[in-house]
Amino acid sequence: MMNEPTTGTRAHEWRSRFPTVNYLNADYSWKSWLLTKDHKRIALLYLASITFFFMIGGAYAGAIRLELLTPQGDLMQSATYNKVFTHHGIMMVFFFLIPSIPATLGNFLVPLMIGAKDLAFPRINLLSWYIYMLGGIITFSALLFGGVDTGWTFYVPYSTNFSNTYVVLAGLGIFVNGFSSILTGLNFIVTIHTMRAPGMTWFRLPLFIWSTYATSLIFILGTPVIAITILLVAVERLAHVGIFDPALGGDPVLFQHMFWFYSHPAVYIMILPSMGVVSELIATHARKPIFGYSFVAFSSLAIAIFGFLVWGHHLFVSSQSVYAGMIFSLISFVVAIPSAVKVFNWTATMYKGSISYDAPMLYAFAFIGLFTIGGMTGVMLAALGLDIHLTDTYFIVAHFHYIMVGGAVMGYLGGLHNWWPKITGRMYPEGWARFAALVVFVGFNLTFFPQFLLGYMGMPRRYHVYPTDQPLWQVLHVMSTGGASILGIGLLIPGIYFLWSIRYGRFAPANPWPATGLEWRTPSPPPTENFAVTPVVTWEAYEFRPVEEMRVIGPGETTEQVAGVPPPLNPAET
Amino acid sequence: MNLIQGIPIPNVTVPFAPEQASTFAPHVDALYAYVLLITIFFSTLISVLLIFFAVKYRRRDPDEVPRPISGSMTLELSWTIIPLMIAMTIFVWGASTYFKAYRAPRNAMEVYIVAKQWMWKFQHQTGQREINELHVPVGARVKLTMTTEDVIHSFYVPAFRIKQDVVPGRYTQLWFEATKAGTYPLFCAEYCGTNHSGMGGHVIVMEQAAYQQWLAGGAGAESAASQGQKIFQERGCASCHQTEPGGQQSRGPTLYGLFGKPQAIQGDGQVTVDESYIRESILNPQAKLALGFQPIMPTFQGQLSEEQILQLIAYIRSLGEPQAGAQAGSGTGTTTGPTTGGVSPTEQRSNPLAPTSPRQGSPQPQLPPAPGRGGQSNANRGR
Repeated sequence: MMNEPTTGTRAHEWRSRFPTVNYLNADYSWKSWLLTKDHKRIALLYLASITFFFMIGGAYAGAIRLELLTPQGDLMQSATYNKVFTHHGIMMVFFFLIPSIPATLGNFLVPLMIGAKDLAFPRINLLSWYIYMLGGIITFSALLFGGVDTGWTFYVPYSTNFSNTYVVLAGLGIFVNGFSSILTGLNFIVTIHTMRAPGMTWFRLPLFIWSTYATSLIFILGTPVIAITILLVAVERLAHVGIFDPALGGDPVLFQHMFWFYSHPAVYIMILPSMGVVSELIATHARKPIFGYSFVAFSSLAIAIFGFLVWGHHLFVSSQSVYAGMIFSLISFVVAIPSAVKVFNWTATMYKGSISYDAPMLYAFAFIGLFTIGGMTGVMLAALGLDIHLTDTYFIVAHFHYIMVGGAVMGYLGGLHNWWPKITGRMYPEGWARFAALVVFVGFNLTFFPQFLLGYMGMPRRYHVYPTDQPLWQVLHVMSTGGASILGIGLLIPGIYFLWSIRYGRFAPANPWPATGLEWRTPSPPPTENFAVTPVVTWEAYEFRPVEEMRVIGPGETTEQVAGVPPPLNPAET
Repeated sequence: MNLIQGIPIPNVTVPFAPEQASTFAPHVDALYAYVLLITIFFSTLISVLLIFFAVKYRRRDPDEVPRPISGSMTLELSWTIIPLMIAMTIFVWGASTYFKAYRAPRNAMEVYIVAKQWMWKFQHQTGQREINELHVPVGARVKLTMTTEDVIHSFYVPAFRIKQDVVPGRYTQLWFEATKAGTYPLFCAEYCGTNHSGMGGHVIVMEQAAYQQWLAGGAGAESAASQGQKIFQERGCASCHQTEPGGQQSRGPTLYGLFGKPQAIQGDGQVTVDESYIRESILNPQAKLALGFQPIMPTFQGQLSEEQILQLIAYIRSLGEPQAGAQAGSGTGTTTGPTTGGVSPTEQRSNPLAPTSPRQGSPQPQLPPAPGRGGQSNANRGR
């Protein structure tokens, strides 16, 4: 439930009477942004850049959907279409999904949630943004110069010996970008280990921190492998050394093993932070501690660990040994269990809760529903005999979009709404946000559900033209394109009202929902140093106290000291 | 290893499924139906609970704070263990179905496939060659041995529910038994470059009689083995490799009767002489050198096309049939064909398990037993 409209006004009055310096208004110069070491400002730099790459990726998605309206290849040529889906994948995976939640919400929230002033290595944090931008610009320039047509998976020997496109340049950008992930992961791990506030024990940590920690483990353990793999593709392409080329004694399937050794865990890089966000959203908007906190926390680690042992399930029809296939299948079923445990615990958390229908909670609902479908179809794909028929069809496309859009993006949007008041000090317009959440949900399902059917009917993925003797295929593609249009509008609306709210939104109080995390016990937006006095944590995670107490106290026990502001006037609310 | 052999698979029709046109398809659809029901059950369960809780426990008072509930070990254990058990049933069913797809029966009609950007080239043992169209008889087990001249492709026939990547530098295998005459789309399922979506074709399943007619239409086609024999002669393979039984080993191993047998190699261990080993020995002779021979064979890398190598393999297979010359058209689905006479040893194919056909030299091919019509001669045949 929203605060009463009066709260905003009161916050405004409060602000005008006690003007505070926060991380946003501390300095307005370009230099203060581009050379900032403040994790919150770096989070916003990331937010702007990943939004840019998301829009590029989205534009390519639109082009794909338009082309598939008709079975014939009438909008563009096959070579163009192949580049378009490749660019869509590369932009979305490497430059949007992987950095999305960790680099924006993670950067913003990790120090705030654990009661630290910043990340352990603020300069490395800034460096990782520059590396990300460098990687992004290199890859984006490869796309502008003429593009890549290998698919985001860069399978050899097509990418090494056959494609006449900018494979090496695009790969270089991804290679560079990987270092950004590694540095971010390293920074988070050190920060979480060493900079927790007094009393913030491991089992008092918000679950978002647990999932970010698990994600960071994957960042530092997995990313070097994709860097090596891309390097080998470049070496093979430029020097023909015979690592992957069978004519020189190489093995093309080796590439697939190396690629998926990173890229499967990378799926968990995308979904784990989103799961962490959803834990926060549900606790906050049901006002209940997460049911089975430790099971949810350890399931994140279990996913991170088992996620490294299942890459071979991408290779069931690749000529991998049948017995290897069976082992990978078995472990894939095992890795599904911690995800199921999370879903059950989230659902149980809502039992006897006080459930609001605010936009963040709507996104959490959407996440649970869509992730369940995405996860269960993943179970179908893990079943060896079924995967033979389904792999490399639209069923796969639908499945991973349910995980990556239905899961990761829903969590990202929900998180963005939930912490928007903290990030900007302004409330977003709730009515519009609920409407947009609904539009996104409908558009998403209309886009991707038909693709499950297309897949079972046998339509292979990455097809520019498709047979006309299957009339239903076009019907399903038209539905999908219609859904994509709705989804596009649904994603545009938050873009507009978020921008609008920065200037015109109501002022946000310190703890608008109210929620329990430390980040809500400091003003919105927080001062540069986060907390004037390091908080001392004496309560458990998600320990809800009476609402009036949480609203009044806002910054917590240290109210008086925070930013030197006297306690707000609030006789009416108490 | 057929884990659920003997358990009858109900013949289910799932919505939005392509036609079921192979013995394998009903297995996949039944498994799909099973997992689909589980998916629907859990998705419905979660959705109903979410909606029910969201309505029942909606916030009625902006200031209410519900009583915290921390967790329940019983619930945690049950929703860990029960899903795990269900997952294991899916795993076992999925794995046993997978085995069916990839363990080819030994007495099957062999078709060689060479993929290239962007076409499928088929070679029948009887010599017929096709591009983007594969004619097979209904009720025959067909084993595909596939490779590619360039990038990775994937052979996919939705109506048969089978798919297998075709990988450069190696042979991959797949088998099917079509159950219904008809024309079924064939797709390349692994992205292979510009015209990937155009790399399709059809598998044309024909009734026996029609298939015979089609075979006869390929008059003059020379069998794969006999084409291989020509290459064998032209390339001078015969100067080092004996192809007749007995006699002195030459500088290279005698090829007679070699196919399908274990071969000791230098260093340690042994390999089974199969398509892949022969291919490797032609292209990279020193990789696994037969024990007792000098590394003197030159490589033929770049000098033989994939199709020529497959023809050589067909020839080497044909050497040393258990009853050479007495087994033409044995129960393998291959045939000497009504069209190719004269090159008798080359038309034989090694087929250790095949029953000796009484119809020596019959012009009629004898196809593998069809379900319900033939004997249960092979343990791999589903049920």
